[in-house]
Amino acid sequence: MKKAEKEDLLSILKTMETIRAFEEKASELYAQGHIPGFLHLGIGQEGVAAGVCSALAGDDYVFGGHRSHPHEIAKGADLGKLLAELAGRSTGYCCGKGGSMHVVAMDVGFVVATGIVGGSIPLALGAALVCKERRKGQVSVVFFGDGAGQTGAFHESLNIASLWRLPVIFVCENNGYAEFTPLSTHTPVAHLGEHAQTYHIPTVTLDGNDVLAVRKAVTEAVGCARSGEGPSFVECLTYRLRGHYEGDPAKYRELSEVADWKAKDPIRRFTTFLLEGKTSSEEEMANVRRQAQEAVQGAAEFALASPWPTTGDLTRHVFAGE
Amino acid sequence: MPHQSYLEAIRDGLREEMARDSAVTLLGEDVALGGPFGATRGLAKEFGENRVINTPISEGTVMGLATGAALLGFRPVVEVMFIDFITLAMDQLVNHAAKLHYMSGGQLRVPLTVRAQGGAGGSSGAHHSQSLEAWFIHVPGLKVVMPSNPADAKGLLKTAVRDDNPVLFIEHRGLYPSRGDVPAGDTTVPIGLASVRRSGKDVTVVALSRMVDVAIEAAGELAGQGISVEVIDPRSLQPLDLETIVASVRKTNRLVVVHEAVETGGAGSELAARVQEAAFDYLDSPIVRVGAPFTPVPFSPVLEQQFVPGKDRVTKAVRKAVGRKP
Repeated sequence: MKKAEKEDLLSILKTMETIRAFEEKASELYAQGHIPGFLHLGIGQEGVAAGVCSALAGDDYVFGGHRSHPHEIAKGADLGKLLAELAGRSTGYCCGKGGSMHVVAMDVGFVVATGIVGGSIPLALGAALVCKERRKGQVSVVFFGDGAGQTGAFHESLNIASLWRLPVIFVCENNGYAEFTPLSTHTPVAHLGEHAQTYHIPTVTLDGNDVLAVRKAVTEAVGCARSGEGPSFVECLTYRLRGHYEGDPAKYRELSEVADWKAKDPIRRFTTFLLEGKTSSEEEMANVRRQAQEAVQGAAEFALASPWPTTGDLTRHVFAGE
Repeated sequence: MPHQSYLEAIRDGLREEMARDSAVTLLGEDVALGGPFGATRGLAKEFGENRVINTPISEGTVMGLATGAALLGFRPVVEVMFIDFITLAMDQLVNHAAKLHYMSGGQLRVPLTVRAQGGAGGSSGAHHSQSLEAWFIHVPGLKVVMPSNPADAKGLLKTAVRDDNPVLFIEHRGLYPSRGDVPAGDTTVPIGLASVRRSGKDVTVVALSRMVDVAIEAAGELAGQGISVEVIDPRSLQPLDLETIVASVRKTNRLVVVHEAVETGGAGSELAARVQEAAFDYLDSPIVRVGAPFTPVPFSPVLEQQFVPGKDRVTKAVRKAVGRKP
């Protein structure tokens, strides 16, 4: 294996390990009372974020939802500004006015995460329209969960994206639960990709815990979008190993189900793959993990040492230009 | 100075802004065909269908799509064919367009103009007739503009398109044919500046949109009864030029507010509250509100006529404010 290829694979591992370390630190800080509000973690879903964003360029646009720390990190967001935002500090990406569910990191092309399920899908179409008119080959990517598949915005957006051949990639993280309720209670459709096919959008449903499978599918989708062929739909079957939010006892699912998915942990699967292929060693990968944990620790120290917003910040940014 | 209809003034405003700035893009149902009233007639031919974009009947997604495009450099103008349909786009307008500048700590800007026409008349029924401005002045981050004449329609629309914030531009369908002088060329009207449409000394009447004409007509009649009425058109409700209104009330000591929207929870209630806070000691009588009764807009012409405030209701309210018999 060539050196560049190995470095590329290790950088994907680094992204996944950083997401895991970040989410675990966020959980810890939440339990200690340093992070207020609702906290939705993506532990177990790292393969989707890392796989998708490894197929994107820096000037591509990404949109997310309430469980989007993994997407923000994978797109390259600064960990300190991200954790400071979660902690409501003035040094956060949004000066502490957004919080965990509503991060904006324009410096890396993460345009917005929204707290309204399905709400960012139309916004991503707008970005795709801009990309199409600019003709620079940029694409727009939107992450959403299976719960968003039952919103009007989802269906309207699939229709318009297909009709106008917009360079947008729909990434559905199908983790099987919309909040507390299994998908089967919300829709007779087992795989949301079926909807996309109805609107004539090229669709693939795949194992979202296989980071390289995700990357391969998204690379193809990005290629189509950049060359003017229009949208694609990538449905990633995955699982959140934590509750819907921190503090959710998640009694609506069997422990055996959680154990089954733990065995399919996307990070462990990837490290096993790298070991078996003799791409990397235990020691090398432990080093990647340690570096990720150190980066997150530094981010946490930055966040907690940061000042709170001031009273003057309360009414600032209601209107632009004031 | 050209004499134009309100509708022609809007079309000219759009055309001039599109010619001035290639980022200005129109989206809406049938806009490439001119729309049902002709506000965008000819613009697709002039600027191309990639800048005058026909959309499916998907108000929510179109509003979100326009918002997303605004975030990244477009200056979209969305046409909501009837303001009644804006209910379908509330999430994108209220939760996203209005809030993203604030929620992002100033990273994002939403230079979005939403044109919607409303108002009763012509037996259009309760789904094609409403006046909903009060809902939107409650939302931090949205500007709300209601032009009452052709010159303001054009000048305010041009300002709205250039604003870096989402602006809800509420036209009145009943005003489309009304004509007036419109300054030629690139003349803008600032958002947030009221217009004193008639000077008077006994009572201040603040009227919105089509009710400005009704108030002016009533003022003419009241002059014959020895009552001098000052008519103010705030032109925008958010931001509101409270200063001009309060200055007038300090002079007249009496206030009547008139709008076509349902009186309960209407913009008039907010106006009344703010004026009494700012000028309580100057008021010689209670502030009187004139609005529609608390009903959906009725269909039958007989009922619809009773629903919309007319000249007689305004004269009655003014006479009440000055302590005359109705």
